Amino acid sequence: MRLFDLFFPPRPTSAAIAKERLKIVLAHERAGSQAPDFLPRLQKELIEVVGRYVEIRDDMIRVSLGKTGETSLLEINIEIEGAKAKAASAASAVPA
Amino acid sequence: MRGQARGREDLLAKVVVITSGKGGVGKTTSAAAFAAGLALRGHKTVVIDFDVGLRNLDLVMGCERRVVFDFINVINGDANLNQALIKDKRNDNLFIFPTSQTRDKDALRREGVERVLEELKQQFDYIICDSPAGIEHGAITALYFADSAIIVTNPEVSSVRDSDRIIGILASRSRRAERNEPPVELHLLLTRYDPGRVVRGEMLTVDDVKEILSIPLLGVIPESESVLRASNTGTPVAFDEDSPAGRAYLDAVARFLGEQREMRFVQPERRGFLRVLFGRA
Repeated sequence: MRLFDLFFPPRPTSAAIAKERLKIVLAHERAGSQAPDFLPRLQKELIEVVGRYVEIRDDMIRVSLGKTGETSLLEINIEIEGAKAKAASAASAVPA
Repeated sequence: MRGQARGREDLLAKVVVITSGKGGVGKTTSAAAFAAGLALRGHKTVVIDFDVGLRNLDLVMGCERRVVFDFINVINGDANLNQALIKDKRNDNLFIFPTSQTRDKDALRREGVERVLEELKQQFDYIICDSPAGIEHGAITALYFADSAIIVTNPEVSSVRDSDRIIGILASRSRRAERNEPPVELHLLLTRYDPGRVVRGEMLTVDDVKEILSIPLLGVIPESESVLRASNTGTPVAFDEDSPAGRAYLDAVARFLGEQREMRFVQPERRGFLRVLFGRA
């Protein structure tokens, strides 16, 4: 049987394919299931808060959640180059 | 509660949800069979239909012509519990609590459900909640108060994935999770298992599903003609002790109660020469 398999490698059964596909999709879903709900809200609130101090567009803030091994990393990128500081009272509370 | 005399409910009553995420995997069949099995073992058991608007437990239990008041009537205070509970005619320990066929799932208010469950706990040992499919309001309400969950899964990719999702929801959105209590006890019930197809590599094996979901296995219910026969006649399949599916459910109930039982029906049945020649199954 083994020798036969060597020359004619058995095609994986459909059950084996099902198992592999499930493992991959579930690994992905389990990793992502911790956080995704709050990211859009976080991004919206960040725009509100930062927007009190500098003029900012929606696309200038990027929020992402990554994972390397056991560590989760929440990454927030705020692009303010070219953004004008607001002269409102709120801005005066923060020394530039 | 502490310091007071502990009532029956604190000691015994256990809320068990039968859930799956995916539809059509055998939740209602399993809820009916499991409740019947517990009743056969002498435990006073009620099985509640949480699938508001798509009532079916009454049909599977064979009491569809005896429904007068339902779960929603009791939640809304239009009827009391004992008016709505239907006593099974085959077993004195078994009661059916049908749901409404006309309302929608939003009628299941959480506080109302909690009040009814507390009242049921005074009278019953086991409260079996037959969840609707999906992960929306009805399904979440069905699992919210659970002490124990039976995850009904078919050896098939979409069912396994949905079970994984439901397991995640039980771990995060049940009352036990919200209150930081010991987690809901999880049990895998693999249904519609066809050992013949497993041997041919056409179906995920018990071990595959166990490995992927990594929760303890409560039982394997073989694909069996007796399941359809049972629902045709409105008999929980566990009352059919001659059928493989009925015996498999009784085994699962025994394991649920803490007994050790060997897994049966996971190997293909040996078929006689004549049966192979002249017919399937």
